[in-house]
Amino acid sequence: MTDLAHIRNFAIVAHIDHGKSTLADRLIQSTNTVSERDMKAQLLDSMDIERERGITIKANTVRIDYVAKDGEHYVLNLIDTPGHVDFAYEVSRSMRAVEGSLLVVDASQGVEAQTLANVYTAIEADHEIVPVLNKVDLPAAEPERVAEQIEDVIGIDASDACLISAKTGVGIPDVLEAIVKRLPPPHSGDRNAPLKAMLVDSWYDSYLGVVVLVRIMDGVLKKGDNIKMMQTGAKYGVDRIGVFRPAMQPVDELGPGEIGFLTGSIKQVRDTKVGDTITHEKKGCEKPLPGFKPSVPVVFCGLFPVDSAEFEDLRDAIEKLALNDASFSFEMETSAALGFGFRCGFLGLLHLEVIRDRIEREYDIDLITTAPSVIYHIFMKDGTKVELHNPADMPDLSKVDHLEEPRIKATILVPDEYLGDVLKLCQDRRGIQEDLTYAGSRAMVVYDLPLNEVVFDFYDRLKSVTKGYASFDYQMTGYREDHLVKMQILVNDEPVDALSTMVHRDRAEMRGRAMCEKLKDLIPRHMFKIPIQAAIGGKVIARETLSALRKDVTAKCYGGDATRKKKLLEKQKAGKKKMRQFGKVEIPQEAFISALKMDD
Amino acid sequence: MRSANSWQAALIEDWRNGGFGLYLHWPFCEAKCPYCDFNSHVSRQIDQTAWQVAYLSEIERVGALTKDRVLNSVFFGGGTPSLMNPDLVDAILEKIRDTWTLANDLEVTLEANPGSVEAGRFKAYSEAGVNRVSMGFQALNNRDLRRLGRIHTVEEGRRAFDIARSTFKRVSFDLIYARQEQAPEDWRAELTEALNMAVDHLSLYQLTIEQGTAFGDRYNAGKLRDLPNDDAAAEMYEITQEVCDAFGMPAYEVSNHARPDAESRHNMIYWRYGDYAGIGPGAHGRLTLNGKKHATEAFRQPNLWLERALGGNGDSVVGALTPQDMAGEYLIMGMRINDGIDVTRFEALAGQSINQDGLRDLLDWGMVTATPNEISTTRAGRMVLNAVIEKLMPDQ
Repeated sequence: MTDLAHIRNFAIVAHIDHGKSTLADRLIQSTNTVSERDMKAQLLDSMDIERERGITIKANTVRIDYVAKDGEHYVLNLIDTPGHVDFAYEVSRSMRAVEGSLLVVDASQGVEAQTLANVYTAIEADHEIVPVLNKVDLPAAEPERVAEQIEDVIGIDASDACLISAKTGVGIPDVLEAIVKRLPPPHSGDRNAPLKAMLVDSWYDSYLGVVVLVRIMDGVLKKGDNIKMMQTGAKYGVDRIGVFRPAMQPVDELGPGEIGFLTGSIKQVRDTKVGDTITHEKKGCEKPLPGFKPSVPVVFCGLFPVDSAEFEDLRDAIEKLALNDASFSFEMETSAALGFGFRCGFLGLLHLEVIRDRIEREYDIDLITTAPSVIYHIFMKDGTKVELHNPADMPDLSKVDHLEEPRIKATILVPDEYLGDVLKLCQDRRGIQEDLTYAGSRAMVVYDLPLNEVVFDFYDRLKSVTKGYASFDYQMTGYREDHLVKMQILVNDEPVDALSTMVHRDRAEMRGRAMCEKLKDLIPRHMFKIPIQAAIGGKVIARETLSALRKDVTAKCYGGDATRKKKLLEKQKAGKKKMRQFGKVEIPQEAFISALKMDD
Repeated sequence: MRSANSWQAALIEDWRNGGFGLYLHWPFCEAKCPYCDFNSHVSRQIDQTAWQVAYLSEIERVGALTKDRVLNSVFFGGGTPSLMNPDLVDAILEKIRDTWTLANDLEVTLEANPGSVEAGRFKAYSEAGVNRVSMGFQALNNRDLRRLGRIHTVEEGRRAFDIARSTFKRVSFDLIYARQEQAPEDWRAELTEALNMAVDHLSLYQLTIEQGTAFGDRYNAGKLRDLPNDDAAAEMYEITQEVCDAFGMPAYEVSNHARPDAESRHNMIYWRYGDYAGIGPGAHGRLTLNGKKHATEAFRQPNLWLERALGGNGDSVVGALTPQDMAGEYLIMGMRINDGIDVTRFEALAGQSINQDGLRDLLDWGMVTATPNEISTTRAGRMVLNAVIEKLMPDQ
């Protein structure tokens, strides 16, 4: 048990690649929290996908013992937060559990859009913020200019920023000192008051069951305690408590200001509500902590097994992943084209990609992913409101009064030489410019954009028009009415449900034409010509014709060729199994996603 | 749809269904052509006496397996069999006459390079018993012959053809089209010129870039320029049909054209999925033994084959074909010719019926015609034969 004055709880705010995880590793290492032998790069990113992509998905935490220059012993609790916009909710709730933040900025790159969003979250949570300029050892580093930028763009004092190189270890002692000197201890905490703890996060561990990350506000939590979740009313016995160093280490008790974990008889992650207040079953506290806004999925898509025999395996994989990720939703979906699969909800596109990658890799199931969609609000003529998650479920138009679509506020930071391309991209995606400012040679643009124009390939396009130099972040802002229609694609006169999309009426012809042209290239020639049409209601708005296969015959085939040709035929036939059959037409899987990509 | 019982009752596979032929492979060439992916080798030192012993020994071995048969055809292929000494050819044919009963109309074909040296041997080949030559002419202009790596000129070729014409009863030659820089109308003119040479059989192949050849490497490196695109190649195929029809030499197979009764009997054995013995390096055979079709394959490497053949057996692989194998092969071969396939025989070989959904579609689209017992391609279907065969294959 440590007294409040010797506890510092903090988060690190940084853009991807600006060195957050490396700094965390360095802090852990320089305080001998982990032995040299167990040290591996990026200690806190425990999933393969996290390490591979260099991103943090789940919040992680570590307790560091530090002897300061004044000789005092401190306990530092670091919560490592995700850097990506999709996981903004994880960031905001982690921020609520700590009192200060390190703002890490790459001294050669400057402030990026995601840094902005996260640092504002930290400011909202009343954090003290210590700016840290990383990578000062790089020849391109310009610490003075970047410090100025931090002051201009974010509006915090950067005159005493720590100058470090997390890679070489330069400046790390200064960071540790700044944490104890400049960040505040926990604001309050009464050891003798009834237990009041914040449920910061929870996840499933195959050995321990559900692990709950808690921040103690008041009182003391001990092994064997009977606890109650104030919001859900559920009661559990505590089997284990401990801290992360970063491996789990049991402790006897957790007191005010401390961060640690508990495990108990909790069956599913879904049984724990992030932001809930934990207290003792008897003599509990009276007033819960203010809760968090639950995270809700905003992007939906269908996941279907390539091999329909793998449907049960897919169900199993999705259920297992959902156990550990309460923000991921799913329900069964049947597609005339793709058979049985699941309609899944995600926090954003990265979340979608991460889940899809995990299913394909960890469970070895090949997937067909349908076009991502957002939730539309459909106002029916009878006054009811319907939420549309899947364009295929669009109700009869004669019964629809109007539609509303979700909008976002997008913040993009970009070197000024690419500004024109970025503005064009945003305009093409029905964006409305809200702000445009400069900080040095970088422009910051803020756009009001429809989410459905962003979910698909906006980020890819942004990266490609700016050669990767732009950074992008967004927040949901609400719903607005617009003239949206369901566009169907007909292949050989039959509608292909998996290719239906919601589009703005004014852009329907253009999108329809683009999709038909794409499909014409993606579908192999057949023995007959195939019309490919885009239609709204019964009206065809675009049409292409895939001409018939003209010639496909082996010129020479004699006695010695029988064996070889037969093998070729078998290979061809196996390849066809990877196609989806629509009437007499075979459509390759990649067409379902590729057809929607706009090359602008 | 037939029941399993009626398949069992259906005819047992018999070599007489497609006839019986003998293929002999001579693996040597004076130069390797850049488009050729056949088992051919350039070698300066060939002990034709040793090869003769090996061929004769193999004929004796295979003859013992197939002794009561009537032999319909012998085919010397390669490589360049016109590099064989006439004595060697004579000894082989002598041995064949001792081994099998010969059909009255036995066809004996030898592939020949249309050069002056070869032409000098034509008379001796004829005396040995060769009655048909197939000449690898390939192109009728010298620039393209050089590009194809051919060592003869058009003038030499024409002289060799005239000599062949006066020596053998039947003469065929090959041309390759859809060559670099060749436009459809160039091909029409060249083909017309070929037909005017009073030939009665032509093999007209679209240039196919095979992996593992010099052309394949150049193509992969992007250096094989100005090849006609798919549409131009399709147009050339259509021109081929049109011009040959007008000359009374319609296609009887995808790439082969003949006057009536001038078809290659040997190749028809392949396409009717008949029996053939394969002797020589890399030669394949299909032999019905005890009512079951077997595949044979000889060692590919010439010296290795020679050693094994001298040791008593040149084959590296012998095995019974599965019903699926036979189904695929019969379709691949049989659908190439005008007659198409025999449905009853297909079912007997495959142990199941043809893909009925596929057949219905192909009939709808005008790709095949069918009588109760025969399925054959239409002209449109022949152009997309690979896709047609795939549709007809049973699913399992």
